[in-house]
Amino acid sequence: MVKVFIPGDTTACAVGADEVAAEVALQAQKKGLEIEIIRNGSRGAFWLEPLLETEADTGRIAFGPMTTNAVAELFDAGFPAACEHPLKLGKVTDIAWLARQDRLTFIRAGITDPLSLKDYKELGGFEGLKNALDMSPAEIVEAVVQSGLRGRGGAAFPTGIKWRTVLNTPAEQKYIAANADEGDSGTFADRLLMEADPFQLIEGMTICAMAVGASEGFIYLRSEYPKALHTLKHAITEAKNANLLGDDIGGSGRRFHIQIRVGAGAYICGEETSMLESLEGKRGLVRFKPPLPAIEGLFGRPTVVNNVLTLAAVTTVLANGADHYRNYGTGRSRGTLTAQLAGNIRHGGLVEIPFGTSLRELVEQIGGGTITGRPVRAIQVGGPLGTYLPETRWDTPLDYESFADIGAMLGHGGIVVFDNSVDMLEQARFALEFCATESCGKCTPCRVGSVRGVELVDKIANQDQVTSNLELLEDLCETLDSGSLCAMGGLTPMPVRSAIKYFPQDFTRAAES
Amino acid sequence: MSTSANNPLAIVSSAVQEHQNSPGGLLPLLHEIQAQLGYIPKDCVASIAAGMGLSRAEVHGVISFYHDFHDQPRGQTTIHLCRAEACQAMGARELEKHVKTRLGIDYGGTTADGRFSLEPVYCLGNCACSPSIRMGDDVFARVDAHRFDELLDNS
Repeated sequence: MVKVFIPGDTTACAVGADEVAAEVALQAQKKGLEIEIIRNGSRGAFWLEPLLETEADTGRIAFGPMTTNAVAELFDAGFPAACEHPLKLGKVTDIAWLARQDRLTFIRAGITDPLSLKDYKELGGFEGLKNALDMSPAEIVEAVVQSGLRGRGGAAFPTGIKWRTVLNTPAEQKYIAANADEGDSGTFADRLLMEADPFQLIEGMTICAMAVGASEGFIYLRSEYPKALHTLKHAITEAKNANLLGDDIGGSGRRFHIQIRVGAGAYICGEETSMLESLEGKRGLVRFKPPLPAIEGLFGRPTVVNNVLTLAAVTTVLANGADHYRNYGTGRSRGTLTAQLAGNIRHGGLVEIPFGTSLRELVEQIGGGTITGRPVRAIQVGGPLGTYLPETRWDTPLDYESFADIGAMLGHGGIVVFDNSVDMLEQARFALEFCATESCGKCTPCRVGSVRGVELVDKIANQDQVTSNLELLEDLCETLDSGSLCAMGGLTPMPVRSAIKYFPQDFTRAAES
Repeated sequence: MSTSANNPLAIVSSAVQEHQNSPGGLLPLLHEIQAQLGYIPKDCVASIAAGMGLSRAEVHGVISFYHDFHDQPRGQTTIHLCRAEACQAMGARELEKHVKTRLGIDYGGTTADGRFSLEPVYCLGNCACSPSIRMGDDVFARVDAHRFDELLDNS
């Protein structure tokens, strides 16, 4: 029976994959053709979704972006054979946008049925865990240290060092908390991983548990991701049934259990200590540090808090060795960057490439520039707390240090492109408004400063003492920067200051006109 | 989701029993109550607090902290409109104006016929095909005014 693949991913479905799948089933039935429709995960080439693939002798042949209207004529042209059609893209592995990537973490995404353990294992899944079960906790930690892996959630803290702290902190109970509260605008890598390759997160958490001696793990998943929740629930059940989770993992006699906890629409709960509070069933108020979560985390116990992509990357490190992983990348940014091209972009989606590619190459060459066809004016990198970069900064290599050097950050790899119709005063205002909406309220600079900031921007927009109000806004940014308890208030000045610094005309325009 | 459950206290009581021994179980409990009743009635706070060994203030504090929890009945379908940057770059501000006008409500509001509630959301993880909205559990991409009207008319 011919296998036909149509992604079941959120974005694919948001652009009509379910309707395409239904139409494919209908047309196949009409023609009396026996086909097997597999709802694979997406490859992350969202600009080509819905991406329909059929299995030919030479490999999988892709058609996209598919529409329901095109399905009948595609069958008339000979589908599911690799027929000729205007939407034919050829061999999926030859699509340049995908071919130029270095997929390590997203190696299986879009290829497999996300809930097929067989598929997962056939493409290298659980190799890392198998190796980890033969290693001592210290050896696993050392491999992660040697890989150079740094936290992919945004803070870029060396993962192995965090694990070592938890390993070396004696406690009867330790926890693993996977941060799947992917709230940054312009990011969807965690979501894609959980929907397309959920076993990888499970495997990564289990390796982590073996490394630090934890028996309980939580996935803190944002409520905005209902499909990811559905997929993860089923994946956890499958893994339990196969003894890859539970009281006797892979016959090793070691145990590890995972629970999913769903957030409730609070951006701040992506901050690790706020997330721990939320996991404890409380308001998501940020905690003071120290104590570090690695020493006193969830329910006061040593806890590894890692982003989904960090835990996923660990499976590659343990499967292929630390050296293999650290051979990718540049400087102190080792491995691959999972960049997410978003906003006003022609070829948007998930791009996994070694650190060090320039922002310009990513946006202009891989991303193909704006979808509106207008010139790019500003690129916000690193989520809503990230810097807005003008063209003079686009040649910066995408690595942690180079971005820090220009007063920016890679964060979770979200790259949001704006064309020249953007009003940067509006963007600065939004950054402050967002901070006011999402602040946990614990510290005054963030809680009150964000509100005052919105008021100042409104005054500037109304030509009210522009020069002195810009000075006041800079003072306020300094207070937020140096006086906030966490990154929410501390980094909100980044989009605000960069908008003013690089696009001053948008702030003084009102006064001049 | 049912907003016409005849005995909210019975539902709350059985949900409390299910979650009271789970460490940090308040959020899952509140999610479950809201899934069954459509909201978390104010007069259930005392029994939630008693069942979970918390003060009423703590329970109220959690309900009021999180954007997802509501203590008033909601429309049959909640429309979440993404206001975040990637969607802004593709016209979310214009879409926002249209949606509010078309529904005749602001954020937090419910249409007079009780069919729709409108909420802002800050990212649906669909940022390569913006602007995005969510209706119930379905996410829709590249939504402009025309597409929104189409979705509304077909719902």
